[in-house]
Amino acid sequence: MAWRDSRRSRSRLVLFISSVILGIAALVAINSLGENVRRNIDTQAATLLGADLEISGNQPAPTKLRPLLDSLGEDRSEERRFASMAYFPKNGGSRLAQIRALEGTYPYYGELETIPAEAGRTFRDQQQALVDQTLMLQYDAKVGDSVKLGDVTFVIAGVLLKAPGQTGITTTVAPAVYIPLRYLEQTGLEQKGSRINYLYFFKYAPQTNVEQIVKKIEPRLELDDFDTQTVQGQKESTGRSFEDLTQFLALVGFIALLLGCVGVASAVHIYIREKLNAIALLRCLGVKSSQAFVIYLIQIVGVGFLGSVLGAALGTIIQQFLPVVLKDFLPFDLTTEISWPAVGQGVVLGTLISILFALLPLVSVRNISPLRVLRASFEPDSTAKDPLRWLIYGLILLFVFFFTYLQTNDWPEAAIFTGSILGAFLLLLAMASLMMGLVKRFFPSSWSYVWRQALANLHRPNNQTSILIVSIGLGTAFICTLILVQSLLLKRVTLSTSGNQPNVVLFDIQSNQRDEVLSLATKQGLPIIQSVPVVNMRLEEVNGLTAADLQKDTSNRVSYWIFSREYRVTFRDTLTEFEELKRGSWQGRYEGEGLVPISIEEGFAERNRLRLGDTLTFNVQGTLLSTVVGSLREVDWGGVRTSFLVIFPAGVLEEAPQFHVLLTRVESNQRSADFQRAIVQRFPNISIIDLGLVLKVLDELLEKIGFVIRFMAGFSILTGLIVLISSVLISKYQRLQESVLLRTIGASRNQIFAITALEYFFLGALAAATGILVALAGSWGLAKFTFKVDFTPQFVPILLVFLIVSGLTVLIGLANSRGILSRSPLEVLRQDV
Amino acid sequence: MNSILNLQEVNKIYQSGGRDLKVLDNVSFTVEAGSTMAIVGPSGSGKTTLLGLCAGLDRASSGSVTLHDTRLNDLTENQLAALRNRYVGFIFQNFQLMPTLTAIENVMVPLELRGEKNVRPIALDLLDKVGLADRSHHYPTQLSGGEQQRVSLARAFSNQPQILFADEPTGNLDAETSEKVIQLLFDLNKQAGTTLVLVTHDLDLAAMTQRIVRIKGGKLVSDDRI
Repeated sequence: MAWRDSRRSRSRLVLFISSVILGIAALVAINSLGENVRRNIDTQAATLLGADLEISGNQPAPTKLRPLLDSLGEDRSEERRFASMAYFPKNGGSRLAQIRALEGTYPYYGELETIPAEAGRTFRDQQQALVDQTLMLQYDAKVGDSVKLGDVTFVIAGVLLKAPGQTGITTTVAPAVYIPLRYLEQTGLEQKGSRINYLYFFKYAPQTNVEQIVKKIEPRLELDDFDTQTVQGQKESTGRSFEDLTQFLALVGFIALLLGCVGVASAVHIYIREKLNAIALLRCLGVKSSQAFVIYLIQIVGVGFLGSVLGAALGTIIQQFLPVVLKDFLPFDLTTEISWPAVGQGVVLGTLISILFALLPLVSVRNISPLRVLRASFEPDSTAKDPLRWLIYGLILLFVFFFTYLQTNDWPEAAIFTGSILGAFLLLLAMASLMMGLVKRFFPSSWSYVWRQALANLHRPNNQTSILIVSIGLGTAFICTLILVQSLLLKRVTLSTSGNQPNVVLFDIQSNQRDEVLSLATKQGLPIIQSVPVVNMRLEEVNGLTAADLQKDTSNRVSYWIFSREYRVTFRDTLTEFEELKRGSWQGRYEGEGLVPISIEEGFAERNRLRLGDTLTFNVQGTLLSTVVGSLREVDWGGVRTSFLVIFPAGVLEEAPQFHVLLTRVESNQRSADFQRAIVQRFPNISIIDLGLVLKVLDELLEKIGFVIRFMAGFSILTGLIVLISSVLISKYQRLQESVLLRTIGASRNQIFAITALEYFFLGALAAATGILVALAGSWGLAKFTFKVDFTPQFVPILLVFLIVSGLTVLIGLANSRGILSRSPLEVLRQDV
Repeated sequence: MNSILNLQEVNKIYQSGGRDLKVLDNVSFTVEAGSTMAIVGPSGSGKTTLLGLCAGLDRASSGSVTLHDTRLNDLTENQLAALRNRYVGFIFQNFQLMPTLTAIENVMVPLELRGEKNVRPIALDLLDKVGLADRSHHYPTQLSGGEQQRVSLARAFSNQPQILFADEPTGNLDAETSEKVIQLLFDLNKQAGTTLVLVTHDLDLAAMTQRIVRIKGGKLVSDDRI
């Protein structure tokens, strides 16, 4: 019976379900991607690390540790990694790069991908370098040109395309330059106080249990602050970060699916209303209410299954393109295969969720009286009071909750997500109703009939206006938030460099270079806004307890994590205008008696549960220094300036190995380039951060992240547009009747066209405006509370989004209404329009 | 008396299942301005098709239809729409109100379509005449069948039509409501001096008009003046 009843409306049923196809496609695509990522990480894990074991620290391995390192593995390589200026003599360009000085045959797994291919191996034998392709492009450098690092000029042997563990994002932030380690000393860049990472790579024979070896040597390495990483560890950490990414994307896809499902519920509602008389007739002929319910349930299960299969197929196609979208985030080559578990999950999920949402309107079938056959509008709709509806609402919420839990494996997170989804839907619905109400209330009654009719059409019985506003609005909100936040971030950086704020930062200035650098800047007429000494140190003890003691004693108030970082500390006799003493007393100069009184940033002290009077023992490159927390400061972290967690008073660290940071302001790009060139040529070890470059990098980064967000927002908007198409087609009968009636009583074709076009414009405009308002509110909150800047949104891109979304809605609406405009008015006299 | 509607040898042929189906066969008659006339006949006899042709909702396959001295055969769709808006009123069996508009807005539509301003008082006056002034802001779904047909009456008279076409105006109403609606229809018609052409199965209703035209198998079989 279900099959026979659906005979004339199968195509419409498939149309109802079309709005979930995209949601399922998104989920299947992303879950397949997750599966492929896991598989690829498994097969390529060794190439992510490039070795079986990596040991790293912020200092060279001490002599006493050397024998241990020399005893590890079958083959060993060594690398020093640090930031320094790369100078291209050909055109005088220079940029901060990540220098990697390499010795040995690393990587043991995978390779340094270069053009020409052999350069990745041969550069180690000569005074040659591999330069990242972003740098090569930026400075128009060619293989065979030279790059100067410190005092040494290297011939560029090849363009570096890929190195183990590197992603498009990391090369944007810190493009790498590889050189042979044996030339590092000559460059003069390895000076005391420089921030260098020391890495040691080891290759083991296959089948060696590296984890067991690490377990044995780890306590010894920790004594000298060395960390270890193994293939298994790398696999886990890479897997975890991509798990987070795919989880996030899957949840966004799930939102698109939920939007589609609300569209399904609303379409099935209309379908059932049109079937009311057929159902009443069946009831007259002896069909029980439960049988009538099952007839339509079977139809929904059928189309739900079909829609899910189509969605899964589409998702499998889409996932072939995801590696292109995500390539900048992936540290490995992603090969895609059909993921049957993802396809199976998509089909089951799609069928279940279609049924759940369709049940809402379906339950009304049970209440249809056979008397309706004799008298139309026999009884009012009483389904709102049906307790079964509330049960279904509960089931939907539970379903969302369990699905989220399956994705996140975290109960509180799943609860927060479910609550947020519910809240966001209600908020968007409330916004949609508010917007509709306001427009209805304040729309000028003096405007022509065509305009008022178009607006009135949004309230057509069985309309899907709210769900359309919510789905299209949500997509618009995603895109606008992205645009607004992008401009906020850029503005934050631009603002920090406006007025008399510094825009060029020089660091790694050695003490003996300081005066000369200052005079060079002064000679060029540049202001010395800040010149600050920085001393690197590690924490050895807190209140007499070491890291090992604290790790054992978990009841201790002070956090163990306080030991996990390297401290960059300055010393001075006064506090700056950006610091405010909150507790204790500030002592500007240490007179040599008792513990050294230091000042700690208030937030850092709170996070690590440090108090006034706590004693801290620092290791300043071999020398132990006992201090006491004398004061707590509040620090304004905004702006381009040096800020410190820990400050020492004057009279303690003056002779410690240190480097200096200089902040200045250069008015034009040309002068900045001249100044940088002069510094790099004279002091090649000094690194320069040009805020102009930071802005550019930030812009590129946001563009890459933005692409992913736009991709996901696209799902939401597309779902909205598919709901729109199905809504237009579903309401075609009613639209035809209205249009034909208007033709009958004298409306011209142009008037009908204008009413239809304006109706879709209002729909698109309301949806876009709702989304934009949500985005504006969200971005305002971010600007005020997170970025702490004035909120002055850019209206041109927002206006463009508004016009594009409204225009697209009008186009799709009109394209699907073509038949309506050309129907003969005679049809109004006939029942079978 | 002047004629307002004239049909000369009108034929209407539809294609059905690859065959020609003659729905109207050589129909000719003239309707005088201000008169009332009923078209009666069994189901499928061609009544509604005839009404559609008279009102310019459809085109004759051959023959000519002249409404208010204008030959409809020569007009474009938009010209026909403008003519209907100017001279014709309609009442339908299933009321045909715009569900998205209130009662008063439904009455205003024909006037607004022709670009007239300040039409609310006119519409309110008409609703008052059909006894629905107090329900002017209700939507069609909030009105009973009889009330919807009364709104439809008010709309039909809103543009002061020269001729009113009614297609089974009481077909969807119970006896008591039908009586009230018919009374109202004839009263308003009399006041406005409008020509009335109605299609009905109801011979009692037909008998209230001055002339009854009978159609059978697409042919005009009798034309009785009462």
